Amino acid sequence: MSGIFEYNGGSIVGMKGKNCIAMACDRRFGQQMSTITTNYQKVFKIQDNILLALSGLNTDIHTFYALMEKEINLYNLKENRKMKPTTFANLVASALYERRFGPFFVTPIVAGLENGKPILATYDSIGCKSDLDDFQVGGTGGNYIYGACEAFFKPDMNPEELEEVIGQSLVSGCDRDALSGWGGVVYVLTEQKLTVKILKTKQT
Amino acid sequence: MTDFALTTFSSKGKLLQIEYALNAVAKGDTAIGIKAKNGVVLVVEKKQSSILVEESSVQKVSLLTDNIAATYAGLGPDFRVLAQQARKLVKKYDLKYQEEIFVQTLSRELAEDVQVATQRGGIRPFGVSILIAGYDEEGPHLVQLDPSGAYYSWKATAIGKQAKNAKAFLEKRYNADMEIEDAINTALLTLKEGFEGQITPTNIEVGVIRDDHVFRILPPSQVKDYLEELE
Repeated sequence: MSGIFEYNGGSIVGMKGKNCIAMACDRRFGQQMSTITTNYQKVFKIQDNILLALSGLNTDIHTFYALMEKEINLYNLKENRKMKPTTFANLVASALYERRFGPFFVTPIVAGLENGKPILATYDSIGCKSDLDDFQVGGTGGNYIYGACEAFFKPDMNPEELEEVIGQSLVSGCDRDALSGWGGVVYVLTEQKLTVKILKTKQT
Repeated sequence: MTDFALTTFSSKGKLLQIEYALNAVAKGDTAIGIKAKNGVVLVVEKKQSSILVEESSVQKVSLLTDNIAATYAGLGPDFRVLAQQARKLVKKYDLKYQEEIFVQTLSRELAEDVQVATQRGGIRPFGVSILIAGYDEEGPHLVQLDPSGAYYSWKATAIGKQAKNAKAFLEKRYNADMEIEDAINTALLTLKEGFEGQITPTNIEVGVIRDDHVFRILPPSQVKDYLEELE
């Protein structure tokens, strides 16, 4: 088991734009060198204005997502209102820390729009939240994606530009990482809508 | 060792322990709450049993968090325990969501603790009715929480000895366009109506929250000014 975070592989990236946010992920579900499926979902719509991307051990991706779904549903029913993206971002941190000594092997990214303002937060697997940057990466191809982000990113991009930049960054990264790829999905969220686009990466 | 509930149904379908708890509340010092357009006020009698009592050490309006406070009618120590539990609930919520808790949410969660005391083995119901006043994102709120665990949102209400008369008085005086300053005056007038003896800045307690979301318990000097205005 050389690295529990490397067992399934996968990469995610989140970016802030001008009154919009984007999230992208690869589609591979593998078990070390073997690829099992090429349509595994790693970005989830938690609410109309909140996206959650997860990378790491796939079973924990699935379980942690289910846990967050449960939390937000109960919150909606109890409090009779929607959850704010910043509140959800804090909830993720608390939920991760709750498992401090038996953690979820995931590195989440939360992105959302709060009153039109872009929100982006990333965490380590035990809930250290960081919401200081305009783009964040996660997963086995993370570092490769960073390089492309640093090169292409500029602040306050409109949704079309953002989609292009995040797509290119994801693809460059995944093509260089053996454990990520087999397609990419880009989500762009604005006040009006959420667009989802499927990208082709090197089919390997 | 009691695993069985002390509060059990009578043949008429009543929970007598809760009725008796409400009796204890009805004997308690009057507390009044009024919700205005832009704030909430809580006013409570603080009459001491003897002139030797250090009046300033008695606190009947307790802050639960920056923007929510509560007062009561009934057994003081029971209120103290519930206020502390409420503060912990606020902090628990804060740790999880890092967000200001809504007054309705806090009321509901505290009500759960109060209800448990009417059903769990070996414990008695709380002998207080609590008035929770706060200003959150939704606006001003005034909530009454009873020993049964039932909670009600009010525009204006009174609990304790003078509750009935005070509520009748409030029904005539209340209007939805009230601003917080009017509400404070009305609350003091209402308390004065049924007050035994002379009302002074030290034998009552006044707490106010405005749209700045900060609950303040007024010092006697400010209470004095409001009382003088009533003249």
